[in-house]
Amino acid sequence: MSRTRLENPSRRGVIKAGAAAGGLALSFSTLASAHAKGGRDQALSAYVRIAPDGIVTIVAKNPEIGQGVMTSLPMMIAEELDVDWSQVRVEQADNNPAVFGRQVAGGSTSTPLNWEDLRRVGATARAMLLDAASQTWGTPVGECATASGAVSHAASGRKATYGQLCAKAATCVIPDPKSLRLKDPADYRIIGQPIAQADTPKIVTGKPLFGIDVRLPGMLYATYEKAPVFAAKVAAADLAAARSVKGVRKAFIVEPPPPMAGGLGGPLSGLLPGVAVVADSWWSAKKGREQLNIRWAEHPTATQTSADFDVRAAALAASPPERNLRKDGDFTAALKTASAKVEASYAYPFISHATLEPQNCTARFTGGKLEIWAPTQMPEMGRQLVASTLGLKPDDITIHMTRCGGGFGRRLMNDYMVEAAWIARASGAPVKLLWSREDDLRHDFYRPAGYHFLQGGVDPSGRLIAWRDHFVTFGQGEQFASSAQMNPLEFPARFVPNYALDVSLIPLGVPTGPLRAPGSNAIAFVVQSFIDELALAASADPIEFRLKLLGDHGLVGEAPGAYHAGRMRGVLKAAAEMSGWGKTALAHGMGMGVAFHFSHQGYFAEVVLASVSDQGEVKVHKVWVAADVGRQIVNPSGALNQVQGSVIDGISEALGQKITIEAGRVVESNFNDYPLLRMPDAPKVEVKFLKTDFPPTGLGEPALPPVVPALANAIFAACGVRVRSLPIDPAALKPTAKAA
Amino acid sequence: MGYRLIINGKSYDADVDGEMPLLWAMRDALGIVGPKYGCGIGYCGACTVHMDGVSVRSCQVPVSAIGPARITTIEGVGAGDVGRRVQAAWSALDVAQCGYCQAGQIMSATALIAANPKPSDADIDAAMAGNLCRCATYVRIRAAIKLASGQPQEA
Repeated sequence: MSRTRLENPSRRGVIKAGAAAGGLALSFSTLASAHAKGGRDQALSAYVRIAPDGIVTIVAKNPEIGQGVMTSLPMMIAEELDVDWSQVRVEQADNNPAVFGRQVAGGSTSTPLNWEDLRRVGATARAMLLDAASQTWGTPVGECATASGAVSHAASGRKATYGQLCAKAATCVIPDPKSLRLKDPADYRIIGQPIAQADTPKIVTGKPLFGIDVRLPGMLYATYEKAPVFAAKVAAADLAAARSVKGVRKAFIVEPPPPMAGGLGGPLSGLLPGVAVVADSWWSAKKGREQLNIRWAEHPTATQTSADFDVRAAALAASPPERNLRKDGDFTAALKTASAKVEASYAYPFISHATLEPQNCTARFTGGKLEIWAPTQMPEMGRQLVASTLGLKPDDITIHMTRCGGGFGRRLMNDYMVEAAWIARASGAPVKLLWSREDDLRHDFYRPAGYHFLQGGVDPSGRLIAWRDHFVTFGQGEQFASSAQMNPLEFPARFVPNYALDVSLIPLGVPTGPLRAPGSNAIAFVVQSFIDELALAASADPIEFRLKLLGDHGLVGEAPGAYHAGRMRGVLKAAAEMSGWGKTALAHGMGMGVAFHFSHQGYFAEVVLASVSDQGEVKVHKVWVAADVGRQIVNPSGALNQVQGSVIDGISEALGQKITIEAGRVVESNFNDYPLLRMPDAPKVEVKFLKTDFPPTGLGEPALPPVVPALANAIFAACGVRVRSLPIDPAALKPTAKAA
Repeated sequence: MGYRLIINGKSYDADVDGEMPLLWAMRDALGIVGPKYGCGIGYCGACTVHMDGVSVRSCQVPVSAIGPARITTIEGVGAGDVGRRVQAAWSALDVAQCGYCQAGQIMSATALIAANPKPSDADIDAAMAGNLCRCATYVRIRAAIKLASGQPQEA
């Protein structure tokens, strides 16, 4: 057993003086190791600080990208600490994995991975405060109780606030967190309450919060132009012309060392060649950049075009697949016995993350040490990338995490971070690098396009007995391009007795990467649309057909790939009920479509009500969402916002988003030719969370995938045209197109 | 040489070229960073400010074109009654996700309600169509405009 110690206020930038002024600063890394090692052997940091005035500061460990974890994770601590939320101040942590463990915004993992530990952080602090009160009063701990940031002893009528007890508590023994009993959820007063984001007051008043808002003394502003053909080198540039522009301080070519291999975005996610212009304002840097007249070296991927990918995919589909990823039963034999058969090909395009805050990063290099302020979803990987590229020790690099103006997976890459670091070191001054919107749209890690060539068969009883998908995607040899793979456990695998998933690859010179609900955001469209086609072929109601497909199974398979058919039936039935499925008479040109999808441990079924005009224009009127993410919604306000936003995001992808490659370059440049959904097209979204007895899981992603096929299926119901490629093309939905 | 700008009731001397858009003069020269850069072509609305009460995209307005007009940004909009109500509604309904677009949304919503105290859904569509929200918080933006304008909100 050991004793806590006060945090050294100078050790971490975010810990201000005051923590040492008689308050309690609780220090944990992973709780278990902190306990085992007595909290002495590691550089521990404070999750919780209690000041004598009773203000409780809780540190939010993970990056905030709009998913709400800067609020929901501290809520878990505050609940078990037994304080009022009004007493809590939230602080964003710096990158410090030795202290906080995994600090990543990705995979909808913040809730499931922190649910247990962070509640125990709060419970540990509470136990120490109880201990402090017990020692002070000479009363047994078991007779003391906590509420609203105070300990009381009913028999003697004594009461002391946490602020009064915190100095004493700092000397108390740290209990084994695993020994502490957590609250009965029936007693929750914070978890389960709709709580506004901790940053909301700052957001609505325009306070500096984001990476783009960082300002340092003597800071200069940078632009960085890279080749439109990814990774092409600079042949020549008119640096003198750029330097002659008023306000420009420096203009230089960056010839990077070989990029770090194996980053999340592959070799293209490191520092790529380009030209930096550094000036006393971003506008001046931009004006300087316009004078560069860069000539780019030849590059082998300059021949790639989207149209050619389409042609090659069709050719590959007509040939035997390169390899098989999964095979159950005998697809070919089963298809022969089917009474209804369908064959169809589906395609979806590259799309961009388009975070509204373009990529940016501020860096200061002094005395061999680098300090970085960045909106990033994966700061530690950024630190490693910067260290290896600049030849620095990771310990000489500090990363401050700013609020991110959107993430969606884009900021899992840290290409802009390594660029800022390189430019700052070369500039001899602190530098804020900011990408233009055009830079951002043309240098993304795109959701990979993909092609699925499907065949399916239903037996006379209406059972889906045969399914084959020849998936043509991107990669080389055995290696898929980032986020271009398909999980062989993807539904309906394991639910169709004769199933085959085959794959063929097209080489790609375009950077790809995870976009919100990676894989799922495209595959759900394909799978759930084709299931609709099979239901139609079997003359079955789309929901009845799906329920039959899910069967009466419970948990299918084993973790981590287990699929709970019962939970999916639950949300599917709920979505049917909410939407009045089959009971609503719809006007001409209107239709309802349904789809479900499991991803990120969440079960979602969604119904879309849409109409198609005579001009082929699609209008989404309403979406009903039934969700099962376990027994506890941590913050119902944030949860509802995530689901509604995910659904509208998915509709936006389906209706308008497409990145086109021509001559190895991205054609689209800005929101004029890459349209995002706007207010007039945003439907109402009604959401119901089913509470099931499973651990709580995340909500940043899993609501998105099903809405795309639900919309496609609603369009079919409305006008009889099957949407098999994205984005949805209004011209193909016109009555004349239908007749053709 | 420079330009005198009246922003949020305060006078600033901006020593910048006249062609520099107001957005960059505010952000880089004057340290007013509430208005955000999103596209630079007037398509996203993140940089929205008021010029004599009218919504403009500050990325499209050169400093030389401002003259004596009074500029209001998200930092100053709460000084007015409508702006204060709009901010309060945004807080009450916890509208934001990432929050990056919300300064522009609040400025557009304030201008809307100032001109049209009880905007209909169609009015909201028309007035807010220029403001992108990449997180797609449109359901709550609409509800917050209804709340700020004293109208019943739909779920």
